[in-house]
Amino acid sequence: MTEVAKEKAFRVHLMICAGTACVSNHSFEVKEALEKEIKRLGLDNEVLVVATGCNGFCERGPLLVVQPGNIFYQQLTVKDVPHLVEEHLLKGRPVKKLMYTPPKEKTPIPVLSDIDFFRKQVLIALRNRGLIDPEKVDEYIARDGYAAMGKALTQMTPDKIISEITISGLRGRGGAGFPTGLKWQMVRNAVSANGGAKYLICNGDEGDPGAFMDRSILEADPHSVIEGMVIGAKAVGATQGFVYVRNEYPLAIKRMTIALEQARAYGLLGQDILGTGFDFDIKIVRGAGAFVCGEETALIASVEGRLGEPRTRPPYPAQSGLWGQPTGINNVETWANVPAIIHRGAKWYAAIGTPTSKGTKVFSLVGKINNTGLVEVPMGITLREIIYDIGGGIPGGKAFKAVQTGGPSGGCIPKEQLDLPIDYESLTQAGSMMGSGGMVVMDEDTCMVDVARYFLSFTQDESCGKCTPCREGTKAMLDILTRITEGKGTEEDLTLLDDMAHAVKDSALCGLGKTAPNPVLTTMRYFLNEYETHIRDKKCPAHVCRQLNVYSIDEERCLNKGKGCDLCRRNCASDAIRGAKNEAHRIDPSKCIKCGVCFDVCNFGAVKVD
Amino acid sequence: MPKLTLEELARIREKTKRLTTIREGGEYRAKVCVHMGTCGIAAGARNIMNSLMKELEERALSDVLLTTSGCAGLCSREPMATVEITGQAPVKYVDLDEKKIREIFEKHVLGGQIVTAYALGIGSEKTDF
Repeated sequence: MTEVAKEKAFRVHLMICAGTACVSNHSFEVKEALEKEIKRLGLDNEVLVVATGCNGFCERGPLLVVQPGNIFYQQLTVKDVPHLVEEHLLKGRPVKKLMYTPPKEKTPIPVLSDIDFFRKQVLIALRNRGLIDPEKVDEYIARDGYAAMGKALTQMTPDKIISEITISGLRGRGGAGFPTGLKWQMVRNAVSANGGAKYLICNGDEGDPGAFMDRSILEADPHSVIEGMVIGAKAVGATQGFVYVRNEYPLAIKRMTIALEQARAYGLLGQDILGTGFDFDIKIVRGAGAFVCGEETALIASVEGRLGEPRTRPPYPAQSGLWGQPTGINNVETWANVPAIIHRGAKWYAAIGTPTSKGTKVFSLVGKINNTGLVEVPMGITLREIIYDIGGGIPGGKAFKAVQTGGPSGGCIPKEQLDLPIDYESLTQAGSMMGSGGMVVMDEDTCMVDVARYFLSFTQDESCGKCTPCREGTKAMLDILTRITEGKGTEEDLTLLDDMAHAVKDSALCGLGKTAPNPVLTTMRYFLNEYETHIRDKKCPAHVCRQLNVYSIDEERCLNKGKGCDLCRRNCASDAIRGAKNEAHRIDPSKCIKCGVCFDVCNFGAVKVD
Repeated sequence: MPKLTLEELARIREKTKRLTTIREGGEYRAKVCVHMGTCGIAAGARNIMNSLMKELEERALSDVLLTTSGCAGLCSREPMATVEITGQAPVKYVDLDEKKIREIFEKHVLGGQIVTAYALGIGSEKTDF
């Protein structure tokens, strides 16, 4: 069916999401079932099934959008397919029971653009998501793809391209927010050593826990990155580019590989691009999944085949990067923005956002949130709008406690700052950072000391060990935090932790170490009382730190409600519960290992935790 | 594949855009609905749909929407189709065959002239739903 798609018109296009999240939820099986059923009903001449990149609403996958009409179906299974095809495609009756109904509401919402999750989003980097098959370059071209590149190669000088990017206000989307135009100008001005080449790198080494912005862009719209890089190459005078992707992203690598082949076959990449005489090619470099390789100097070392360790800057990669040559390195999302800016103009882009942060930002919204997924929002939107309007709030009627932005290098922002408009500066002032766009939402059941310990254990684990502050400092901090969560913390630990955090921040070699203390510092800044409760009262208010929990059985409830059902005693691994059927049970604290199994198995709420 | 020039790139863009424009949710000039209940299919609605698909392809149209619906309640007059020019009242056509629908397509959908010989009536049914 897809073979004839190039020439043939169809009256209905079924846009099935084939991003990694939906694929894991069997969207390819649903796609096969759709094709089979469509053929069975003789509709294969009229209905086209298109596998798209990530639609964004991952919580509800597998997703299907029927066009025309923009009808949104969710959580599809192979079983739903025959009914769906017969009703909607043959008889023209959309199927309500497969549509999305927001939590707490009863009526389903048929049309995608009426759903809150999508309504407040502004798509620039993700402009083609769900609208094209990422494995077909023609569909990218149909959405004005490679038009900006054509313009840049034929009508614009390198200086004009750079000034356009500068005026747009685009800043690095990988985390630090360095102005992209300025970076390109530095690469352009730099002189290559021994008359050698200049290089471009696309940093797709996405490693923050819970972050999947780069992966989704590479999967949904690889050509946008290629096009951005060709434009960048003309601007800085580079001849070769590299896309650095982690090997854990097989689908992204596959789609990028296909995209590069198709672009080359069309002469949109390689020698004499579009007959303009401009040469530029791109290679994929697969990373082995070391978090530190997201740091640009470590990434460059990794591309060169050396150990992925950072080095001191300056010199910056723009002056001396890959193989000692001037190198422009930008994040996936930054590259994906470039064609849109050149195509629609810097002024259009600069009109979106805040005075210091222009355009949009993609966030992956995860954690204790109803609508897990990928969202692109204008800079300046508030955390509240993202979490409550787009994200649909916190599940299970729980209270919001904090949101972690910027991944393990970021910080936790408390509910008092929910109305903070998001931009690079405001997040930094709040003690966190933009980062690459991870957003982990936490509810009242989250222990902030444990969160700090978790993120620090991540960075400590990923520290490359080259510089002492990061290697030893993160370990010492982790020891203190572990001590506190086990109820062995002292008052002095808080001062020590604070001193240590600042010392590591000030003296570590690269961004990993400089930002690793952020989760500790922000949780101490906003949730100091939780630290103090752990230390002074030896209690964890959220009951997360198991070693601080004290389990006991409400004997009256055990006997009256559960009739001494004995389930807890039978499940106790440490033989700490005494009692028999029809008797009240009791926990021996000296034997209890605080595993919490008795609490989990009790059907009568008789086991208490303090 | 041949190496593209700017002109060829623009040609691919226009051609593919026409085929994918129905994904964008834009404005339509006309909507043709073929009634595809069991009665309609038995009476030959499939051929009506195929003829319409051919018209769309041959004329490379992207602003005419082709949809289906269930039984319209007048099973004896199937195959039926409804033509709705945007902003005007819908017109129901009955007892169709391939020749008639092609004529309707040319005169009504493209030309804006209702083919009264095949038309049942103008307007929608009133519903209390």
